[in-house]
Amino acid sequence: MTSFVKPKIRRTNEPLNELGLARADYEGSMSTLCAGCGHDSVTAAIVRAFYELSIPPHRALKISGIGCSSKTTSYFMNDSHGANTVHGRMPSFATGALSANNDLATIGISGDGDSPSIGLGQMAHAMRRNVNMLYMLENNGVYGLTKGQFSASADLGSLPKKGDPNEFSPIDPVAFALSVGATFVARSFSGDRKQLVSLIKAGLKHKGFAMIDVISPCVSFNDHKGSTKSYAHTYEFYSQAVHADYIAPSEEIVAAYDEGEVMPVELHDGGYIQLRKIDATYDPTDRGAAFSRVMESDSAKEILTGLLYIDESQPDLHETQNMEARPLNQIPYTELNPGAEKLRALQAEFR
Amino acid sequence: MSGPGLNDFVIKIGTVNGTGSASANGLLMKSIFRMGIPVVGKNVFPSNIQGLPTWYEIRVSGDGHAGRSGEVHMMVAMNQATYDQDLAELATGGVLVYDSTWPRPQLENRPDVTVIGVPLMQMCNEVVKAARSRILMKNMAYVGAVAALVDIDLAVIRGLIEETFAAKAKLIDSNMEAVKLGYDYVKANYECPLPFRVSALDKTKGKVMIDGNTAASLGCVYAGATFGAWYPITPSTSLMDGFVKYCKKLRVNDENGKNKFCIIQAEDELAAAGLIIGAAWNGARAFTPTSGPGISLMSEWIGFAYYTEIPVVFFDIQRTGPSTGMPTRTQQCDIQTTAYASHGDTKHIVLYPNDPHECFDFAVRSFDLAERFQTPVFFLSDIDLGMNDWMVDELTWDDSYVPDRGKVVTKEDLDKMESFSRYLDVDGDHIPYRSLPGTDPKGAYFLRGSGHNKHARYTELGHEYQEVVDRLLAKWASAKTAVPAPIVHKAAKQARHGMIAIGTSDAAAQEARMRLEADGMPVDYMRIRAFPFTDEVEAFMAEHEEVFIIDQNRDAQLLNLLLTETSVAREKLIPVLHYSGEPLNYRFVYDQVMKRIKLRKIA
Repeated sequence: MTSFVKPKIRRTNEPLNELGLARADYEGSMSTLCAGCGHDSVTAAIVRAFYELSIPPHRALKISGIGCSSKTTSYFMNDSHGANTVHGRMPSFATGALSANNDLATIGISGDGDSPSIGLGQMAHAMRRNVNMLYMLENNGVYGLTKGQFSASADLGSLPKKGDPNEFSPIDPVAFALSVGATFVARSFSGDRKQLVSLIKAGLKHKGFAMIDVISPCVSFNDHKGSTKSYAHTYEFYSQAVHADYIAPSEEIVAAYDEGEVMPVELHDGGYIQLRKIDATYDPTDRGAAFSRVMESDSAKEILTGLLYIDESQPDLHETQNMEARPLNQIPYTELNPGAEKLRALQAEFR
Repeated sequence: MSGPGLNDFVIKIGTVNGTGSASANGLLMKSIFRMGIPVVGKNVFPSNIQGLPTWYEIRVSGDGHAGRSGEVHMMVAMNQATYDQDLAELATGGVLVYDSTWPRPQLENRPDVTVIGVPLMQMCNEVVKAARSRILMKNMAYVGAVAALVDIDLAVIRGLIEETFAAKAKLIDSNMEAVKLGYDYVKANYECPLPFRVSALDKTKGKVMIDGNTAASLGCVYAGATFGAWYPITPSTSLMDGFVKYCKKLRVNDENGKNKFCIIQAEDELAAAGLIIGAAWNGARAFTPTSGPGISLMSEWIGFAYYTEIPVVFFDIQRTGPSTGMPTRTQQCDIQTTAYASHGDTKHIVLYPNDPHECFDFAVRSFDLAERFQTPVFFLSDIDLGMNDWMVDELTWDDSYVPDRGKVVTKEDLDKMESFSRYLDVDGDHIPYRSLPGTDPKGAYFLRGSGHNKHARYTELGHEYQEVVDRLLAKWASAKTAVPAPIVHKAAKQARHGMIAIGTSDAAAQEARMRLEADGMPVDYMRIRAFPFTDEVEAFMAEHEEVFIIDQNRDAQLLNLLLTETSVAREKLIPVLHYSGEPLNYRFVYDQVMKRIKLRKIA
């Protein structure tokens, strides 16, 4: 089947963002995923986030690996360069692309088949390098395109549609990210668009690596009774720890708030991420505490969501590499050529 | 056959790795080079840090032959563990130098060679206190002994030592003292110099001694490569070491101290390939140095870059395979792999440099070809070329060079277009236009390794798929007019036999051809420099009754590639296969060719 470009049919009086673009201008090709797929909700949240942030679509990069979730990069922002790469290898491609031009808002789309298995190493190293990108891990515990095998994020004892329960310990992307040292770690649910849009906006504005683990149920292979990644299960065990809102530099942060409940984290662009604690005891700037809380909630079968950890103080890869502010791909050759005389001089050591 | 004689002999030094002998051996070779005499060095070392046998072979060739001769005339045996092997390797009439601090009477059991004992350790122990210094000074002492035997100018040695230790003047005298220990002992106890010795010439002016990896790294700098990623693997590591060194020296913004490059040590070869492909997609000139095992790991990405038409450069510094193989020994065993790397129908552009000078030039050309044809380009070197010092013409640069960035659309171009299609053959030359991310909404397209049509849209329609892959094949084939053409060395007389080689087989092949001709066997020789093969390759094979194909691998990979890619008949091609892991020598080629021709004459 050939995919086609979804026609732009505009409403009159549709709201426009600061760039004069409508939400439809951030949409992509028609989704070919199953009706009701959590991933389509995630795509819609991404569209809304980019639209609300007024990011010009052509100044964004959308990169993915292989799998159902990775297909979604073509379902949003047709005016962006996109790349559907190879299995589990989105992080390296994205890191290379960003190194060539750090001025582009970069979103990586992956899933639980793509990331916690073949992609585990590359995901870890993108975190270590603090690559300035938003990494969406659309997590449904199952392989869709190959029809229903468990993935590495499937919970112990979770039941498949047919056959025996999962017997292997799951890889929790959030605990993993915290242990490796990601500087922005969040979890959300495709069914909670409000939270998800806020987190995507905050993640895009975070300088460094931002991961959002999104529980995004698979309606075809993992939405039945006994599955721990179904809509029903997720709604039942859903819990919010911290809500995060991005506040642009032009906006004012909440003037009055109760100490301990709302805390602003200043960003490099002059804006803020305003953290609203739903659980007053939770401190999302304390990595150790965040890790133990995530472990506790995993044991309690609770699905802990929100911005679970943030550290805005770490240098990103561009800074660690001591690179010029100007993108590499825009440095003219005349500045890259050391010249014939330098070549002659440096060969003294070879004579 | 060659030598030994005046300015024509081979010295081989057997030592234990990790004892600092490399600098002593380099000093010996450089001294001869500084005396104006062409010289070439081959390092045969173990995959190990300390304690295993290692050899360094220096061929002095007044005539300027750059390959190995296949004989050893002086063996400097400094490793007791390999005495027997080293003695056996010496040619009749040769000289063995060893450390007679511990006398070894069994070394006397070859009456056809001369054994020269020098009590190196004993002499060093008498003047040097620290244990580590004693070992280093012993190395310098054998340099002195050899210098006395083959008449190397001590003033030249001193000059080199002064340059090396310019910052530590104290070491100049102590090193020279050690050199003199060996030198004086030999002078006092043996007739010097030997019949085979050096005598100053004027043949190294305008030349440098440089290894291929360093030269290639300079090529990357001058080509304007801004992005490099790699996973360390012998024997490619020094290519990235060179790039790091020269970028720090030549590519830092003087005003703010910021880098105009990005170098990432990847977690593995899978990531290294992804990193450079991502960077190249976004408009940086990007490359990775690796070796055969790395190419195996990168293969999935290579097919992706081929199919999605991303210009990247892979430097494959070959080592002996299969599997881990012998990581510090040489082979040309990735000829087939690089020609067709990855699953599915894939064909690549591959360049075959023969010496460090060509490493520099071809590194630059690799980037131009990659961007012009929007495809991965392989630079196929090997450990012999990459890690040994070769004497070549000084590298030069033409400042009027402008990189061939290929067909990249600008915002202005896009403004003039009605629509942009990434894989449309607009000009009828099989090469589409590419747009860089961030340029303009009109340039946006979706890159995918899955089936796509000329508009870069997903497809599962057979005819749309075929249209793209047929164009890819035509594009690849068209590169044969742009890649470096073969070089032919013709015999003076009409030759019925031809010989074909690539890369580091060249020096041995050229010398064998010359000596075969001198011995009445005219053979024409062609060095192929790139894949796809140019039309001259097929014509050359057609012009000769039989063609010897020199391969440094077991399976005749070059021969088979010629069979697959040309219409030459199988029975016309005679394999000459050398795959011990040692660099090829001319005697091997000469003997194989001579034997075959004689056999044919009898038949």
